[in-house]
Amino acid sequence: MATSSERSPPPFPDSEDQDVLDTEDVAGRDSDEDDGGDLFMSSSNPPLTEADTLLEPASQPSDVLMKPPADIMNDPLIEPISSQTENKPASEVVSEPSDDFVDLTNNIGVTTESAVAEIPLDEPSDDFVDILGSETEAQREEVVVTDVTVEAAADKSEVTSGVTESPGHGKIGSDAEEEAQETSTAPIIDLGADLPASNTQQPPVSDKIADPLVDLLSDVSPPPAADAKKPSGATIDLFEDEGRDLFAEPRQTKSAKLPQKSLFGEADEDLFGEPLGAISKKTVNKEQKEKSVTTKAAAAVPTGGPLQDGNPTEPADIFTEEAVATAPSVSNTSTVNSKTNGVHSEEEADIFSEATVELSLDSPRTERKNDVMAKPSASAPTSLSAAASQAKPQSAALEELEEEEEAELDDKFEVLVSVKDPEKIGDGMNAYMAYKVSTQTTLPMFRNKTFTVRRRFSDFLGLYEKLSEKHGPNGFIVPPPPEKSILGMTKVKVGKEDSSSADFVERRRGALERYLQRVVNHPSLIQDPDVREFLEREELPRAVSTQALSGAGFLKMINKATDAVSKMTIKMNESDVWFEEKLQEVESADQQFRKLHALVESLVIHRKELSLNTASFAKSTAMLGSAEDNTALSRALSQLAEVEDKMEQLHQDQAANDTFSFAELIADYIRLLGAVRGSFDHRMKVWQRWQDAQAMLQKKRETEAKLLWANKPDKLQLAKEEIAEWEAKVTQYERDFERVSATVRKEVVRFELIKYWEAFLPEAKAIA
Amino acid sequence: MTSIDESNKEKLRSVSVDLNNDASLLIDIPDALCERDKVKFTVHTKTTLSSFQKPEFSVPRQHEDFIWLHDTLVETEDYAGLIIPPAPPKPDFEGPREKMHKLGEGEATMTKEEYTKMKQELEAEYLAVFKKTVQVHEVFLQRLSSHPILSKDRNFQIFLEYDQDLSVRRKNAKEMFGGFFKNMVKSADEVLISGIKEVDDFFEQEKTFLLDYYSKIKDSTAKAEKMTRSHKNIADDYIHISATLNSLSAEDSTGNKKNLEKLSDLFEKLRKVEGRVASDQELKLTELLRYYMRDIQAAKDLLYRRARALADYENSNKALDKARLKSKDIPQAEEHQQHCLQKFDKLSESGKKELTSFKGRRVVAFRKNLIEMAELEIKHAKQDYTHNISGLFPLKPSCSFCLTIFDLLEFFFFFFLL
Repeated sequence: MATSSERSPPPFPDSEDQDVLDTEDVAGRDSDEDDGGDLFMSSSNPPLTEADTLLEPASQPSDVLMKPPADIMNDPLIEPISSQTENKPASEVVSEPSDDFVDLTNNIGVTTESAVAEIPLDEPSDDFVDILGSETEAQREEVVVTDVTVEAAADKSEVTSGVTESPGHGKIGSDAEEEAQETSTAPIIDLGADLPASNTQQPPVSDKIADPLVDLLSDVSPPPAADAKKPSGATIDLFEDEGRDLFAEPRQTKSAKLPQKSLFGEADEDLFGEPLGAISKKTVNKEQKEKSVTTKAAAAVPTGGPLQDGNPTEPADIFTEEAVATAPSVSNTSTVNSKTNGVHSEEEADIFSEATVELSLDSPRTERKNDVMAKPSASAPTSLSAAASQAKPQSAALEELEEEEEAELDDKFEVLVSVKDPEKIGDGMNAYMAYKVSTQTTLPMFRNKTFTVRRRFSDFLGLYEKLSEKHGPNGFIVPPPPEKSILGMTKVKVGKEDSSSADFVERRRGALERYLQRVVNHPSLIQDPDVREFLEREELPRAVSTQALSGAGFLKMINKATDAVSKMTIKMNESDVWFEEKLQEVESADQQFRKLHALVESLVIHRKELSLNTASFAKSTAMLGSAEDNTALSRALSQLAEVEDKMEQLHQDQAANDTFSFAELIADYIRLLGAVRGSFDHRMKVWQRWQDAQAMLQKKRETEAKLLWANKPDKLQLAKEEIAEWEAKVTQYERDFERVSATVRKEVVRFELIKYWEAFLPEAKAIA
Repeated sequence: MTSIDESNKEKLRSVSVDLNNDASLLIDIPDALCERDKVKFTVHTKTTLSSFQKPEFSVPRQHEDFIWLHDTLVETEDYAGLIIPPAPPKPDFEGPREKMHKLGEGEATMTKEEYTKMKQELEAEYLAVFKKTVQVHEVFLQRLSSHPILSKDRNFQIFLEYDQDLSVRRKNAKEMFGGFFKNMVKSADEVLISGIKEVDDFFEQEKTFLLDYYSKIKDSTAKAEKMTRSHKNIADDYIHISATLNSLSAEDSTGNKKNLEKLSDLFEKLRKVEGRVASDQELKLTELLRYYMRDIQAAKDLLYRRARALADYENSNKALDKARLKSKDIPQAEEHQQHCLQKFDKLSESGKKELTSFKGRRVVAFRKNLIEMAELEIKHAKQDYTHNISGLFPLKPSCSFCLTIFDLLEFFFFFFLL
């Protein structure tokens, strides 16, 4: 790690020698890491001087571009290794970046700014420019900030503000300020996140150099997602807010490749491309070996090729790497995003044009982070070196990665919920079943590690109502609870202690448990206060709206009916192939599952029949045996009867097994698929609203035109106001639609992953 | 058109009865043709008896010919004291045919693969029914041939030898009704003569036993049939589940695909096992019970004939007394009484022999079939077990299958002691 960062200095033609030298150093250092302190100092000096020398020709844009990475490389390296001596180099560095900053803002900022100012944000290319601008700053900023964080966290804000003021002009200035703040928080987060994670080998280095590395590490070290959330209470919010933003960022980063390429490719082919490429290449390999992240390592292999291809491609290369690097870091914050990244990249840009407006501020943060971190670490899947057009393989790679992470998350079960001990409370028709809900958790947001509450069935339904009201319209797939069953419950209420009612209660208990587990496994739903309340609070206000025969129930029915009607009337011309495909997939899966469910049910029925028939055969064989006058044959027949009796028991067990482990699971899926479809419907509704608003705006515009024609100034004013209002609404709705679309997409991906893992369940359990 | 080749038949042969064939008269049905409703059996005979013109010959026979043979044997006075082997049941291909029809209707709702599998299954079922039909006809003839008296029957020999179509007149409606009426009379008569005091303890015992046994075995047969059908239903369910899983896996693009495919394969394997269990149970257990149900019916008929003779004898006694009282027609009545007595004694004697041999035969057949069934069940249970293991099922059921295997083994050893 440290070793690799040293490679950064050689931006010059003569760097070849240095490179070799460094590698030797590296080798030595790697081998005896423990006594590294002194050794490091000596070895790290050359790069430092390099950095200084670099400063002098700083007037050239290419240099400026070059340096930040170099600095970044050096700083972390020095700091972690020799914390005593850090002051000196750090201060040096601090002074340097500010210079750079000015340079940069002058050079690149100017070039880019004109574009930024003019072009509306709708087009991706503009965003890129924007990003590009901010990004370059970001690099500088990062240098500053990282230093600061190492020196003393308290100083940070001062220093950053100081620095940000120095460039102090125009748009970039303001951008920079915001970024500065963000960057200042970002490293802290990283630090906070990583230290507890005990990445002891190269703790601070990894923080600064490679945030993505944290992800890599996370494969080895405990809770990746939890890390980001847990240790820094404040940061949770940060991450949460960005939740939906984050997934948009990668797209930008990715698309950033194109302009980036053009910009840098021409301006600083030689200087920029080569060294960075070298850096990234080497480091990647090193680190991956260290971390033994197989997927990435595998993907890293192709890196060699593109790197040697030639300079122009390389800048692009690096940025692809960044983009890739973003993915893991995103997934760090919200588990499922990274896959969406991949998908997004395939998308037409305009869908997220709106999102970019919001996110352009955030994106530099990650970008910057990535910039600083991705370069040294240059996470693997560089196979897309060609350009954005190759987004597909990457997304596939990401998917794999994602699945791995998901698997780990699943394995961990931060919250483990169990529903136990169904107990009948009350008599007659007022009776109800109460279940014991026990929670086991490692999440700090709960007060205790384990706690138990009693909940009745309608509480579960109430929870679902609340959640679906809150999250449903946003496109989240809220796991559905088991349906109300008046017949089954009445049987239980009447109090017949027969097997069917016990069966019913057991079925329902299992379904409730799975439902609750799904809810708490959802990264967003677990954050919901209602969920927490449901799990923790002793007494819960009675959920009234869940009663089937209440006024609320009636209203719900009406709502459902109108929904169904509107669903039929809305003809959405689907602009997004992905959604179309998914919808079709879901529909057909739903159909198949329904069929399967019916079949399994009939299998269960037949099994029960079989067990019944076997039982009666056993009985009649026993009778036959008793009637038989040949003693031996009679005994044999009664033996046969016994065997058949056992077989009957066996068939019964199997029937029960089929019901619980197979039929119920399938029923669960059918419900879940219903929920997925629901979220698709929500998306459609939002889309409809947007379209309506657009139509309205159109109408208003027309009236305005008419009024203008008619020359009625007073009314014209009114019309203009209305137009402005509707324009705002249209934007708002469009934004909503994009957001919901994105969420649905994310959720569906998440759902598929869940499906994937849960499909093991029937395999793990007995079916036949 | 379906025909059966010899090799298949070897193992099917003599499932229900163990026949001590003497080499003097060997009968088998090597081939059969099914033309719509009619089944044409080729009856092949190999003999050393001099009463036949040739040592070896084959003749085509239809189901109705068998029925005719049975009826003539039953009606022959001389054989009243024998258990006439039960007539083979009418070939019934309606079940599979109807199912095939239904399948054709439901073709649209199924995937192609599913349909093919179902069709295969039905064809197999049809073939099984066909084989069974041939087998029961063969067994009927073999029983006759192995019987010391019945094998000498003239009609039987004609049936075997006459190489033209027997062209037995089909029963017309009147005769059908007559047969039905006769049955009614017979059962009414049975009730009437049941009041007559039995003179022989052996027959008294035998009668109660057979009556009891008959009702029990009838019940068992029905239950076994149901059980077998359930097995078949489950096998059919497996087909559908497997097919649905398959189509699910075809649609799935994720890693789930493999799992689904595996699962579908597993269900396919389970289907095969379940199907075999069903067919073996059908062949070894249900068929056995069914055959003996009919055989016991035949034995009951013998008892009825004997009771009838007894009643006749007592009536003739009464008639003799009356004649003596009136001193009119005494020699005639005496002769009749003597005749009845003779007949009754003969019936009793041969009946006793027949029933004893029947008992031995029954026990042997039960033993043989149950052992075979146990062996097959063990085999299937093992297969099921291995499938489950190979299908990654750390099963509870398979554990209990192990248990069942032990149970069956116990049962199995027990039979060797028999």
